[in-house]
Amino acid sequence: MVEPILLRDIDEPGLTDIKVYEKRGGYRSLRKALAMAPEAVLAELEDSGLRGRGGAGFPAGRKASFLPRANIDKYLVCNADESEPGTFKDRELMQKCPHMLIEGIAIAARAGGINSAFIYIRGEYEEQAWILDAAIAQAYAHGYIGERIMGSDMSLSLVLHRGAGAYICGEETGLLDSLEGKRGNPRLKPPFPAIEGLYGGPTLINNVETLMTMPHIIKIGGKRYAKIGVSGSSGTKVVSVSGHVQRPGNYEIELGIPSREIIYDLAGGPPRGRKVKLWFPGGSSSPVLTAEDLDIPYDFDSLAKAGTMLGSGAIIVVDDSTPVLDVALKTARFYAHESCGKCTPCREGTRWTVKMLERIETGEATPMDLDIMASVQENIIGNCLCVLGDAMAMPIRSMIAKFRDELEAHIERAQLAGAGT
Amino acid sequence: MSGGPGFDYLQDLGGRAIPRERHGSRTPGWDEPADLAKDPAAVPDPALLDVAPALRKEIEQAMARYPDPHSAALPALKAAQRHHGWCSPRAIREAACVMRVTPGYLTAVATFYDMFELEPAGEHNVYVCTNISCSLRGADSLYEEIEAAVGGERDINVRHFECLGACDIAPMVSIDNVYYGPLGRGDAERLVADLRAGREPLAELRLALRKTAASELPANEEK
Repeated sequence: MVEPILLRDIDEPGLTDIKVYEKRGGYRSLRKALAMAPEAVLAELEDSGLRGRGGAGFPAGRKASFLPRANIDKYLVCNADESEPGTFKDRELMQKCPHMLIEGIAIAARAGGINSAFIYIRGEYEEQAWILDAAIAQAYAHGYIGERIMGSDMSLSLVLHRGAGAYICGEETGLLDSLEGKRGNPRLKPPFPAIEGLYGGPTLINNVETLMTMPHIIKIGGKRYAKIGVSGSSGTKVVSVSGHVQRPGNYEIELGIPSREIIYDLAGGPPRGRKVKLWFPGGSSSPVLTAEDLDIPYDFDSLAKAGTMLGSGAIIVVDDSTPVLDVALKTARFYAHESCGKCTPCREGTRWTVKMLERIETGEATPMDLDIMASVQENIIGNCLCVLGDAMAMPIRSMIAKFRDELEAHIERAQLAGAGT
Repeated sequence: MSGGPGFDYLQDLGGRAIPRERHGSRTPGWDEPADLAKDPAAVPDPALLDVAPALRKEIEQAMARYPDPHSAALPALKAAQRHHGWCSPRAIREAACVMRVTPGYLTAVATFYDMFELEPAGEHNVYVCTNISCSLRGADSLYEEIEAAVGGERDINVRHFECLGACDIAPMVSIDNVYYGPLGRGDAERLVADLRAGREPLAELRLALRKTAASELPANEEK
């Protein structure tokens, strides 16, 4: 296994302080990036093959290259609205190593020719916001952000913006509306944020972990970074493992290792005497896999080939003690609660799905309802401004497909129980 | 028409009465028929509405941080909520007055986000995560235990919450925005007793005290 990059110093005492971070080599990559032309920094990011760590997995360098090169008001927004169920990597990274994020933001701003940056952190992360606020103040005081950073021609302002509890604000255009002081409704795309984003200006939006990887890329060079991991999924990834495992937590892995190693060797597997029944490989929005899929390499392309996705890198393990219906209901209720209500297929589809699952639970459903429920999912996918509806439809569809027998048996049992009373 | 700043609010929050307008509703003007010829509710007139200087200053500072002052809507509402205990119509009107927007604009924003209390809220917020990962580890029964321990006391506001991003310490709670977990047997009662006694609840379960999971791997499995 390769050396950890993001978690290398994570438990170093006092790492939230700029002095300790500097002692561990912090802000040296920013110094290096400031000595390079913005185009050269961008080229390193593109060479690295780094794919976005927030969920979509879009190549980060290419995303930055979409920004117009002109000298106009451009914005960088760090998406720290980590709300995907099962995901808690950004929380730990920000809480323990806030300066690496600030350094990454400054490097990304250098690559994009940006001089105004924001961190949008979810409102529930109050302790992390305090830590970041203190770190930002320190970084200003030490001249790593602010006017003419370290004597260079680059200036950068950085503002921490706290959300107030809405999953949809992790969607990049919903986030922009929220940051502009509105309800967090997603926008119609195109225009994409790189062309028209925050306050109408070109905007680069990156996840916390993506930005925190950038100092390392500048340190060792994009081409060398690309050699870590596997083709198409370079680098390391912090994976959040939770649910029915013995050691839930964040683990940094080299992309491409077998999923089994993460679930069993690192997280300790399900409790003694239990078996893995199903697992979400990338947050609750990813189609579920079963015990047969444990040997799939954990990387973007292998998981896509298996019909699911790496998403935010959050593995939720469910063992054989839990009915699949419970998991489906939790999933569907979450998306029904978080749907912003702008697009009909999502607003109505998520609620319909919850109602149908409740009918299964109470024994009012018939097996035909499973087909209707599956068709509801098909009518959501691809029909909305953003992917929140899809994020419910994809896992629910996979649960119906893979656990149909169990759901039918449940319907039958519940009907019998209902008739008996 | 009566209106503007003359409305009475029951200031007696000790009795936990819901602050109401004189006509009985919590929403100003709900019983008046819509007058379509009338302009929409205007930006509150600062000459007619007293805003506490501390609140005004906090909102103005937030507005100064952004290229567009409207971006301060969330910080302004948060400040008003802290000042008034909840996002009361009065709190929203005050924030709107400082931000120079209509109360309707801020009401629309406040109703979108989960962390704004649109009804009078207790002194302590206890958010219990009941999303997938926590529920797999017993969060639903934990929620019931906490609710039972609170026993309807209004000072402690217990809420189901969606994934709080701390599945590593499942089942977990966020108490006044500080994370604690994993909670085990008896912790629900202890949490409530600590809150009532004015102590930090479950102090040793505070998330910030934990090391990364990777650092606690058994040695033979370390790379």
